[in-house]
Parts: sequence; C-alpha cells; structure tokens
Amino acid sequence: MIKKSFIGLAKPRLMYETLESLLPEPQNIAIPEKVTLLLETDPALLSGGQGSIKEKDKVKTGQKLTLAEQNAEYVIATVTGTISSITPFTGNFGKQYIAISIAAVPDEEINGDFAKVAEKNLFNGIRDFLLSCPGGIPRPLFSENRGKVKTLVVCGIDNDLLITTSQHMVKAEMNSIKDGIDILKKATAAEKIIFVVPRHLQHEASAADASIKIIDLQYPAALPRMIMKDVLGQVVPAGRTCEDLGVFFISAEAAASIGTAFKNGVIPLNKKITVIKKDGTATVVSARIGTPLSNIFTALNINLNEKDRIILGGPMTGSAVYSTEHPVLPDTDAIIIQDSLAMPSVSDYPCINCGECIRICPVNVPINMLVRLLEAGLYQEAADEYDLMACIECGLCAYVCPAKIPIFQYIRLAKYELARLQVEEEA
Amino acid sequence: MINAKKFTVSHAPFWHDGSGISSRSYNIMIATLPAIIAGLLMYGMPALAVVCLSISSAMIWELLMNLATKRPISIGDGNAGVIGILLAMLLPAGTPWWIVITGTFFAVVIGKEIYGGIGSNPFNPVVVAIAILMVSWKDFFDFDQALLNYDLNFVMVYPLAALKHFGTSAIGGFSIFDLLLGKQMGGIGSTFGLGIIIGGIYLIIRGIIRWEISASFLAGIFITALLFNISDPDRFAGPFFHILTGYTLIGAFFLATEDSSSPVNFIPMLIYGAGAGVMTVLIRNIGIYIDGVIFAILVMNLVNPLLDKIRPKAIGKVG
Repeated sequence: MIKKSFIGLAKPRLMYETLESLLPEPQNIAIPEKVTLLLETDPALLSGGQGSIKEKDKVKTGQKLTLAEQNAEYVIATVTGTISSITPFTGNFGKQYIAISIAAVPDEEINGDFAKVAEKNLFNGIRDFLLSCPGGIPRPLFSENRGKVKTLVVCGIDNDLLITTSQHMVKAEMNSIKDGIDILKKATAAEKIIFVVPRHLQHEASAADASIKIIDLQYPAALPRMIMKDVLGQVVPAGRTCEDLGVFFISAEAAASIGTAFKNGVIPLNKKITVIKKDGTATVVSARIGTPLSNIFTALNINLNEKDRIILGGPMTGSAVYSTEHPVLPDTDAIIIQDSLAMPSVSDYPCINCGECIRICPVNVPINMLVRLLEAGLYQEAADEYDLMACIECGLCAYVCPAKIPIFQYIRLAKYELARLQVEEEA
Repeated sequence: MINAKKFTVSHAPFWHDGSGISSRSYNIMIATLPAIIAGLLMYGMPALAVVCLSISSAMIWELLMNLATKRPISIGDGNAGVIGILLAMLLPAGTPWWIVITGTFFAVVIGKEIYGGIGSNPFNPVVVAIAILMVSWKDFFDFDQALLNYDLNFVMVYPLAALKHFGTSAIGGFSIFDLLLGKQMGGIGSTFGLGIIIGGIYLIIRGIIRWEISASFLAGIFITALLFNISDPDRFAGPFFHILTGYTLIGAFFLATEDSSSPVNFIPMLIYGAGAGVMTVLIRNIGIYIDGVIFAILVMNLVNPLLDKIRPKAIGKVG
C-alpha cells in the first residue's frame, strides 16, 4: 500500500506497475474437479423450464451453455463433464447471474461448433462463441442494434494499479493480439483501431496494424474515460457512456483470445491472472475460466486467515469476494490477497472539508459538497448540482480522505439508485 | 459454498494513503509548539496554567457534548485539543480560569458541537470564542492591563494599541527583528513570529493547511497596509509591522486555515485569504477595534460557502 509521503503538499503519485524484463512463463493451474460459470441473465428463466440445459446434462469443452434459444446470453463450458448444479447467484449491486457448476472428467472432448461457424462468418463467430473468452468482450460491441463503431480501443495496459496481465499479454502473445486486431477490424468494421500501451511496450506493440498511443503511467490515466479524454481528445458527457460516442474498449487479452481462436479453431479457455500475495509479490498464473479461487491458492501455497480480504481486480476499483469458491471470471485480471492487519478502515466520520479530494479528483467533481448530499441520500440533487454523473470512478477521493469516508461506495450506490429509480419511472 | 473462514468484504478502494484526522490534529499541535514554548518561557507558570486549563477544558466540553448528544466519543480525533491549544495561544498569560473555561465552552459547544461536530461548523470555533470573549470582557483583552505585572526586557506596551492611540510615533521602539523574535506583548502563543512561521511552514509542507489561504492572507495584509502607510505615514504603520504584530501570523497559519470554515477551491481560497487580510488592516486602521484579525476571519467564514461556489467546471459536465 502506498502511503502519503511526509511532504503532503505534493499530490500522491500512484504509478501503474510496469513489466520491463522478460517474463517467466505463467504458472499453469491444473484443471479443477469442478468449475463454476456465471451466466449473466435473469434467474426467472430458470423456473420457466425452457432452458436448453439442465442438471446432469453432459457437456463438452467449448460447448455453448444458454438458457434460452436464440441470441441469448451464454457461457462457454470450459471443461468436459456433467452439470452438477444450476443456481441463481447475486453479484455486486444486485446483478443477477445463474451459476452453472460442472463436475469435470479427466478425458477432455472438444465441441466443434465454433470451428464450423468461425470459417463462415467472423462477426457471428465472435458474437456466438467468444464473448465470454479470456479477457471478456463487451457485449454491446457485438449487439445488433449498436451504432457505428467509430473507434475501437485495445488496452495493452491494465486500468488499475499492480495488475500486469495486459502488459504480460503484449509481451508474450503479441502475435495473437496482432491477429485479433486484424479480425476485429473486419468483424466490427471499426473506422479506427487504437492500441494503447505504456511507453516501454511501444516497440512490441508496433507490430499490430493499429495506431499506437502511449498511456501515461500515473493512475488513473488508463481508465476508459481518461483514455477518451487524453488520447482521443473526446470528453464523455456526464451520464453518457463511451459506447454512446461510438468508442469501444477491449483488453489486449481479449484481442489475443480472438486471434488464437480463429487461428486454431478452438475457443481459448485459460485466463491469465496476476496474483498478488500478502507480501506484495506478484505471480502470473493461467487458469481455466470457472476455476475456484481456492485451487489457485492451493497451487501457489497461499494461506488465508480469517478476516483477510480477497480482491478480484485492482486495489482502487476491484471488488472483494466472500468465498474462496468464487470462480475465475473472463475479466478477472488480478487476485489480490490483503492481510487483515494491512487493511485500512473506513469510518462514519463526517467530511471535515480538508480539500484533499478536490485536489486529487481528475475530473473536478466537488466531492466535499457531493459527499454531504450522498450521506443524506439526496441522490438526484447530487446529480443535478454537484456533478455526480461526471465521476469516472477511479476511487482516488476515498484513497486520500483523512476522515476515511467510503466516498467511492457512496458514489456507486448513488449511481445505482438513480439508475434503478429511472427504470422504475419508465416502467 | 460452505466455508469455515470468513473474509472481509468491503467496497473499493482497498488502499488508503494512511492520513487521518487525528494525525492532522497532532501535527497542528506539533506546529504550535515553537510559539507556545516561547510564550511559556516568557510568561512562566501563569501561561502554562492557561494552556493546560484551556486544552483540558476544551476536551471535557467535547466529551460532555458527546455524552449529552449520545454520539460517539470524539475527543480522540484531537480536534478539541487543537481548539484548546489555539484558544490558549490567543489569550494573555494570567487570564482568569473562568474566562478560559467560558472560552472553551464557546469554542467547542457554541462554535462546533451545536452544528453537528467536526466538519460542520460554519465559523472557526476558536475565532468565535475569542470574538465573544473580546466583546464580553474587553478589559481582559487589553494586553497592557492584563500583563501589567510583567516587566520583561522589551517595550511593555501592546504594539497595536500603541499604534491605535498614538500613531506611528509610538511604535518607533519596535524593531522588526524584535517583533519577529517575540519581544512584544500579546497572547501566549501569538507573539513569537518566527516560531509561528516555522510551524506554519511545517503544516504547509505536510499538506495539512492550504498554503493559498495563508499566502493570500499575508499578501492582503501587506498590500493594504502598504497603501495606508503610503497615504499617511504618520498615522498608519508599515506592512511589516502589521504582519508581525497582534494575531496576524497565528491568524494566517492557524485560524484562517481551519478546514471546515474555509474554502477548498483555488480561486475561492485566494479571495478568502486576501479578503480576510484586507479587512484586518481596515479594522486596525480605520475601525474601532485594536486588532481586526478575529472579526475579519469571522466575516470571511460567513462568505465562505458562497465563495466556494466558484469552482472549476467538472470535466464532462453537461450544460
């Protein structure tokens, strides 16, 4: 954890981790006995009984698992075996999933559906089989009713601190990324493809047929909205998304997955993950999507104690999980273990108006006023008067707050509540 | 998913820079030490008594308010202690005990707690208390009278009072250097200019107070005093005299910079500081009060919420 320096007058500089030297091969995690795949869909579909899958079904590796028939959300089975359970699962902020567990058998059989479609149509191949590939492909990019893809940004730098997964991909699998970018260009008909990398990877990245842009190493320069502002020179208006402006983001790993998939005719299943242990050392591992975290911990000899914290993603924007049985997801770029003693506390202290957050906010949100409204639950007023929707969710305000107010959580909650109210009003 | 171990789950960010309200308070206390120690050496035990009583009574008032309002005990954050120290620094040595206790009551209870505690006070609690005390018992703030029993090896008149009553001819005996080294009458911790400046610079470097406020406050005083001085050198003292006497320095580094009652955006901070500085000299030179720092800061506290509306446009703001 980076602490405030003695000279507090200077703004804290949080720098992205850099991968400079040649890397060791990622440690392979053995195929687990059970994988759990999270299918993002309405659990009401479960009771309808119309699903194409049910418990005790046999599945093959690479088989598409979906509850409804056409053009629905799906996940790709990452092992061969039998479906052991299908249960509803609620994620952060009430996000609904269906957790599909598969008991794996040792003999792996590959389902060939992808290979058949892939030869015919790039777009359908990606849309129907690769959206849950390692790295994860944003669903809107391949939805029928999206607007024109003006710019596709391939991120060769992870957007949070400590994580080096994307940089690892650029160093180790640049050829696949290059192929992936070529395929993406054809499949999405993107007018422009930008490959953003840190300066030290400029040479490697130049192999790709895309315009290379350098990202500053100081957090939060690699967050999508900051890339929009600094690299594309386009400010996303408050309350709109990058997609609204025709700009789509995709990780280098997802590009590599696409490249590999079309080259070999099989769907890639192994996710690269930066695992950061309690002592701060990082290891890159490669695990099947759906592997329970406990398998990775066992493989790396990580012992967890009561009250430790398991974080999926980075220290600024990641999310903590409550169980070691939580599976690796397509976008799980990092797993951080935080010791219970090293954990900063939050408090219910009021804002003391010290102005630290104002000085560090990259988009000039008046957080000192905003947080007063959010504490009182005045979300609509916060959005109208104090620029709630302009927040890019970098978490820096909560990082520097001496009163230890969970500002970031307040902001996310407010946005979530506002979105919920809007849906209710429209209904 | 039965699991024996329970893990901590909370929202991002999972890092914190380690700053805290209590460490801010303790640093302010450290920063006051040079000035306080100089005051104690100069005025001896009566000064020590005022400082101790002020700190302890401020903390007790806060504790009583915590209990009365059934809120968590908050004296651990050090804010009450800071209020106590700063109040004592403004008082003359030998202030009667009941004035000190009344002062901390006004500071902690009336100045802070009734608004909801730390962060919610519209005025600087210490400044509110001193203003009430000054208006209510002005004889005790007549430093010439309050410090009558002392005969130290410098001119034993309160410089600002001498200036007010007799014009610049009366302050010829004060050299800038003596004033800087604290060879002047005044509050326990507000005369040793060098010590206050060192403390202030320490706080600025640590990022605990906002340098914009201190700098613009001093600049406001300097420019206004200079203009007055040029217009009538017999009546109005020069800028350095104004900066080094009365509550100017402690005001610049410890009072005007109080977090809750001062702005946080750049331009408002400049206006706030400069406004307080200009008004201080106006009150000193053409107002009826001898020192204007307290009332100037109070008035600027009042306009602070309005000032802080001048803020940079959020990036991405629509309309």
